[in-house]
Amino acid sequence: MTSERLSGAHLLTKALAELEVEYIFGYPGGSVLDIYDAIFQQDKVNHILVRHEQAATHMADGYTRATGKCGVVLATSGPGNTNCITGIANAYMDSIPMVVLAGQVASSLIGGDAFQETDIVGCSRPIVKHSFNCRDVNEIPNIIAKAFYLAETGRPGPVVVELPKDILNPDIKVPFVMNKEVKIRSYNPNVKGHSKQIKKAVEKIINAKRLVVYTGGGIILANAAEQLTALVERLNAPCTNTLMGLGGISGLHDNFIGMLGMHGTAEANKAMANADIILALGARFDDRVTNKVEKFCPNATIIHVDIDPTSISKTVNAHVPIVGLVDVVMDQINKELDNVDHQPSKDAFKEWWQEINQWRKLNSFSYEKSADVIKPQQVVEAVYKHTNGDAYVCSDVGQHQMFAAQYYPFKKPRQWINSGGLGTMGFGFPAAMGVKIAFPDSHVVCITGDGSIQMNIQEMSTCLQYNLPVVIVSLNNRSLGMVRQWQDMIYGGRHSSSYMESLPDFVKLAEAYGHVGMQVNHPDELDGAIKEAFAIKNRLVFVDVLVDENEHVYPMQVRFGAVDDMWLKKGVKV
Amino acid sequence: MRRIISILLENEPGALSRIVGLFSQRAFNIESLCVAETDEPSLSRITISTFGDDKVLEQITKQVNKLVDVIKVADLTERPHIEREIVLVKVLAMNNKTRTEVMRISDIFRGDIIDVGKQIYTVQLTGDEDKISSFISILSNETEIIEVVRSGTVGIARGEKALRA
Repeated sequence: MTSERLSGAHLLTKALAELEVEYIFGYPGGSVLDIYDAIFQQDKVNHILVRHEQAATHMADGYTRATGKCGVVLATSGPGNTNCITGIANAYMDSIPMVVLAGQVASSLIGGDAFQETDIVGCSRPIVKHSFNCRDVNEIPNIIAKAFYLAETGRPGPVVVELPKDILNPDIKVPFVMNKEVKIRSYNPNVKGHSKQIKKAVEKIINAKRLVVYTGGGIILANAAEQLTALVERLNAPCTNTLMGLGGISGLHDNFIGMLGMHGTAEANKAMANADIILALGARFDDRVTNKVEKFCPNATIIHVDIDPTSISKTVNAHVPIVGLVDVVMDQINKELDNVDHQPSKDAFKEWWQEINQWRKLNSFSYEKSADVIKPQQVVEAVYKHTNGDAYVCSDVGQHQMFAAQYYPFKKPRQWINSGGLGTMGFGFPAAMGVKIAFPDSHVVCITGDGSIQMNIQEMSTCLQYNLPVVIVSLNNRSLGMVRQWQDMIYGGRHSSSYMESLPDFVKLAEAYGHVGMQVNHPDELDGAIKEAFAIKNRLVFVDVLVDENEHVYPMQVRFGAVDDMWLKKGVKV
Repeated sequence: MRRIISILLENEPGALSRIVGLFSQRAFNIESLCVAETDEPSLSRITISTFGDDKVLEQITKQVNKLVDVIKVADLTERPHIEREIVLVKVLAMNNKTRTEVMRISDIFRGDIIDVGKQIYTVQLTGDEDKISSFISILSNETEIIEVVRSGTVGIARGEKALRA
């Protein structure tokens, strides 16, 4: 292609540019200085300097969840790499494509306990889709192409590429050779579902009396929300989303019966428990959905569509397993539906809907407001109101995460960004920054709590450097709310280490980092404060909302019960 | 139930550790594991002897298959197949009576004495797991066993069925 000879570091930046990478999130250090020098000498790939490598992984992750483009992380050997571990695990659990460029000491030093040496490929092995030990400078472009291909295809996930310092040496120059068309003989993920299985599935669907369409993050990853909505409308079936699947169908759609699982709606969990056919699309029957597996939907026939065969019949046995891309399989289902003699009627589920509408009347998200204390739920409602329901909502982990999922109906896919599988506190804020980089003109809010925000609060400095005016809304209950809730419900109210004593003054802290800080502690001030926060477009605003510390997240599945054994509120079981 | 899993994978650095790591990470059992290059040097063949019910086995084969380096996985125990293991046993052979007895038992099992010392015999034997276990047990009735080295099971399907890239 070209006779130009480049060093390993320049091969790397050129390969990234060829793959249309716009941003790298990272932090420099000894083993990767040649890469940083190469980044400095080009202008296609922009580097975002974080304050902690964990935040780099979450920023890349948030960027990816909002855009669908594979995020890129760069970290130096040793602590730089080990700091990435949580973020890699987080991406792995939620099937988020990510390429982590991991610096390494020179090949001749590997294995000798050199300064800042860690076996990052070994450390990350259980939490990556794949990893590469790059040992030859000539291989760099092709390994990068392979890394992206693996990260983005099939069931997506993080890929680590270890780059020892000697192959980045500026004095060793080789020609740039990269095959963008990647083929790996041992890697051929399924695309189409088996036609016999599709036939079987459609037969079950048209004969169903009590069908539930249960969808997860797979719909979001496959950009299949429109197809899902069309299928649900065609069947006039009820549809529930997992925490990861919210936005797969609009939260305002009549056929949407809410999130299911541990903190899902009564109607979603009741519908699952009483279904005769469950059509699971890109969801994996996580324990936060099923509750006690042995009691999970014993009378339902389960059609399970997933790109990953290991997800099928892992926890819950699938009667009609279909391995394939969820968008392709939905097309196949639609085509097969066209072919059947008796087209499904819109009234097929009339009685089923009547039943579901009765459960809807349980009004499981109702809560009591107070004249003196702000309830966390109403904060999320206020955020919804003042962002017209159009914001990218990034959440941390805990009670606020559940309140955000419950009280902010998501109209579109990729609008809701949270750490579902790993449950990583400290994820929300850097993820929001990654989203803001991609969509500077959109509202990007981080809904967090006083516990989670402190796990990556240093990134306020990064926000100032790159002008990332996200809005942080912290539901500050002066305690680790979800831990405390479990202690209240299961541990006799013994609040062991669930207090956040000696909290900082978050307003001053935001100001110290050069941003705007606000505190709200009375219900009457809430609406105005949230409105004001979103009106400030060009500065980061930290809204510290003092909320009721005794509020619990309801509904909540009863431990070890069936999917629909739930506490509706304190002392009220359904 | 005991199963023999056969894996064909890329002969790459780290590929074996991914397999072993997967088994420990997902709490699958490994009774024995054999690995070596195949006739095609870019490929390795691993035989793992494991146990679990059908559900566990389904997960094991699926999870192994999911590893990017893995080309093919088969559960040999599902079909007619042959299993072999090699064992080297070092025993005390202090007097004529013991020596004769060790030689006699080895003959019965079609083993070979491959090393002889002043007071020791080393016997080599191939066979399936059961044969090897009973050989060791019978031998231990006659003399003191100093050392046992078992290779772990390798296996191959009977007939034309083959695991190839």
